[in-house]
Amino acid sequence: MSLSYYPGCTLKTKAKNAEDSAIAAMAALGVEMVELPRWNCCGTVYSFAGDEELHQLAPVRNLIRVKETGSQKVATICSFCYNTLKRAHLLVTANADKLETLNRFMEEEIDYEGDVEVVHLLEVLRDDIGWDAIKEKVQVPLTGLKVASYYGCTLLRPEEIAIDDVEMPTVMDDLMRAIGADAVSFPYATECCGSYQIVSNPDYVIQRSWDILSSALRRKAEVIVLSCPLCDANLGQKQAELKHRYAQFTEVPTLYFTQLLALALGLDPEVCRFDLNYVDPRPLLESKGLLRQ
Amino acid sequence: MERIGVFVCHCKLMASIDTQRVVDAISQTPGVAHVAAHEDLCLAPGMERMKEAISEHKLDGVVVTSCSPVLHDAVVRDAITSAGLEPHQMELVDVRSHNGVQEITEKAIESIEKAIEQLKEHRPLVQTRVPITKKVLVIGGGIAGIRTSLDIADGGYPVILVERTHSIGGHMIQYSETFPTLDCPQCIETPLMTDTGQHPNITILAHSEIEEVSGRVGEFKVKVRRKAAYVDWDKCNGCLMCTEKCPPRVLSEYNRDLDLPKRQAHRRAIWVPHAQAVPMRPIIDKEHCLHFTKGKCGVCQDTCPNKAIDFDQQDSFVDIEVGAIVVATGFELMPKSHIKEYDLDPDILEGIEFERILCPAGPTAGKVIRPSDGKEPQTVVFVSCCGSRDPEHGVPYCSRVCCMYLVKMALLYKHVVHHGQAFIFYIDIRTTGKGYEEFVQRAVEEDGVLYIRGKVSRIFRDGDKLKIWGSDTLSGKRIDMDADLVVLGMAMLPAPGAQEIADKLGIELDQNGFMTELHPKLRPLETSVPGIYLAGTCQGPKDIQDSVAQGGGAASKVLALFAQDEVILEEAATG
Repeated sequence: MSLSYYPGCTLKTKAKNAEDSAIAAMAALGVEMVELPRWNCCGTVYSFAGDEELHQLAPVRNLIRVKETGSQKVATICSFCYNTLKRAHLLVTANADKLETLNRFMEEEIDYEGDVEVVHLLEVLRDDIGWDAIKEKVQVPLTGLKVASYYGCTLLRPEEIAIDDVEMPTVMDDLMRAIGADAVSFPYATECCGSYQIVSNPDYVIQRSWDILSSALRRKAEVIVLSCPLCDANLGQKQAELKHRYAQFTEVPTLYFTQLLALALGLDPEVCRFDLNYVDPRPLLESKGLLRQ
Repeated sequence: MERIGVFVCHCKLMASIDTQRVVDAISQTPGVAHVAAHEDLCLAPGMERMKEAISEHKLDGVVVTSCSPVLHDAVVRDAITSAGLEPHQMELVDVRSHNGVQEITEKAIESIEKAIEQLKEHRPLVQTRVPITKKVLVIGGGIAGIRTSLDIADGGYPVILVERTHSIGGHMIQYSETFPTLDCPQCIETPLMTDTGQHPNITILAHSEIEEVSGRVGEFKVKVRRKAAYVDWDKCNGCLMCTEKCPPRVLSEYNRDLDLPKRQAHRRAIWVPHAQAVPMRPIIDKEHCLHFTKGKCGVCQDTCPNKAIDFDQQDSFVDIEVGAIVVATGFELMPKSHIKEYDLDPDILEGIEFERILCPAGPTAGKVIRPSDGKEPQTVVFVSCCGSRDPEHGVPYCSRVCCMYLVKMALLYKHVVHHGQAFIFYIDIRTTGKGYEEFVQRAVEEDGVLYIRGKVSRIFRDGDKLKIWGSDTLSGKRIDMDADLVVLGMAMLPAPGAQEIADKLGIELDQNGFMTELHPKLRPLETSVPGIYLAGTCQGPKDIQDSVAQGGGAASKVLALFAQDEVILEEAATG
């Protein structure tokens, strides 16, 4: 089985660990991830402007790229890309006039007709592969590793694009259980990390990161898994500052779910690119006997 | 019919219809001998003019445009029959419901033309006289069903009261004290329960369900399933010695499956719901009884002085014939698990669970504790509108009683734990009943209950406390607070099985699953099936007062029916 996939900017730079581990893990599960040719920026932030057509050009152009490959489905790994692509798709399919405006504007492109399904990789794992099939392929069960799944907002809000129950999502926890880890639920799992407030209001984001991470730590989490590079930056990169501000804070590695999946499937830890994680998870994983050299 | 008269009403409610154009158009229709428009046609002068026109123009059929036919049918029928026509020589057209439709006049003309065609097809009605069996079936033994049963029985007619559980009393008997007068159901409802049990005209079939219904008003035939109790209720004298020695301790439905420390709220496998049950007869819960699960206990058999235990008992059936049926199947609360953002935690309760804890006759004897550790809660948070008024994730309607029972429980809590603090999150405070607003004022002013206007977004365990996130929409501030106990005002839903009962009876449910009355304002007790009436919360959320009033109302409908010896049914002649 092959799957058309849209990487997005961050997966090619800071979040290379998400991309490399995802491609390797999916290959081990029998899915070839085919990168979309000539993809462009997803649009980054979904626009709330009244005349938002212009903002939908970038995501819709990506959906046209998918159509050109003959595929009817595109997966993302980054939650933010999932959010913008899916919402753009919903907007234009619900508003024929806007779709027509966009198609006319992009006269050099073939028309988009709302015929591409946008999914997140977690949905592929749950709905197309299934937890039982994943369980069977696990080589290194992550036994005893306490993992808190952090969903953030972009996978779940608004409700129309949610990949799981908006208030009580379980998809990432289910994946963690399938690969043998202990899923730790914590009340901040769906709270926003502060997102782009990091640019204009970094203090606020640091406060959010403290709230989220300390809540997971109180529930005895040893690592946090997530699927969004922006969440990772806010929760991972800011830990140095948290240590500085809160004496009682202890560092906790943040990882992409794909990294733990690749590890559990018995792949070479090199593909996980742990060197790119903000808080190095290797000492912990080694102490748990999960890093095979 | 060859000389049809069309009477167009144009009262103010139908001002948007161009009456003259309707009259002009319809006068061209074949078969129409007379068309006239009248103001306020449904009032007596309008009907008089219609009668005159019938004889003047020798009309043999009448089409009347009106509001909903449900209420006008009888008025028009009386008028035309007194003018010498037969009931089948009329047809009503509802044009008012087109209000708001563009081209409303065209729509009205079209409807009238259709009605004229239908009228031509009408055949004389054949009347059947059905003698009335003057005996009534009441389905459901909550407070509404009890009131109905007693009123009909006092009127001199036999009542069969079918109750699904093994005691009558309904939800009300589970409550601590009732608003706004704070009298306890164990004092005010039990006399009614006892009266019901002892009334010579009432037969209670408890632990029973409706199996089949056939027939029609005056002569319904009903098969009732008497579920096996594994106790011969005729031999049993209600001494309850069996329930003292029975070994298993299991969660009690009567106590809402509350799991309290020291299993205070548990029951045995052979059990009665409470000390004032009517009838005072136990049943054996097959799922937990050691005789049924392990095949090796018989303690109840050994203790029973009357040899009433019968492990081989089977369900049995009773066939009854009744002239009328009153449905009083009640409500159930939406499960707490429906609100995904609130944890499932032993210290997060729904209303009836906390009623049991507050109840002086309840499992804790009125001592207020929290289930997790039996400690007295110092802070209790009440949350209104859990599932109600939430068309997206819950139900669209207001459950009507939560505002009052939450403040009542807050007040009762304060009466036990004087130094404790009670908070109530609310959207609006709806206190429309007599003495209700005063009750809320009293709770706020005398008992220091604090209201916070806003919704609660999340409740989760945080160590020894429950963490509550919400908003105070008056100050515009986020709320982040701790509580020892949380009580949720869950939405009222129709009782489980409402659909099944409605299907058996041939009556309709509304979009929310409540039984549909014949007219939402003017015929709230009748259903679309003659002889079947509604009482209590099966028809929609209501409090005890309204349920009792409706129970009495349903009884009067039955008594009015039973004041006649036969009912006249009409149907169109065939062929």
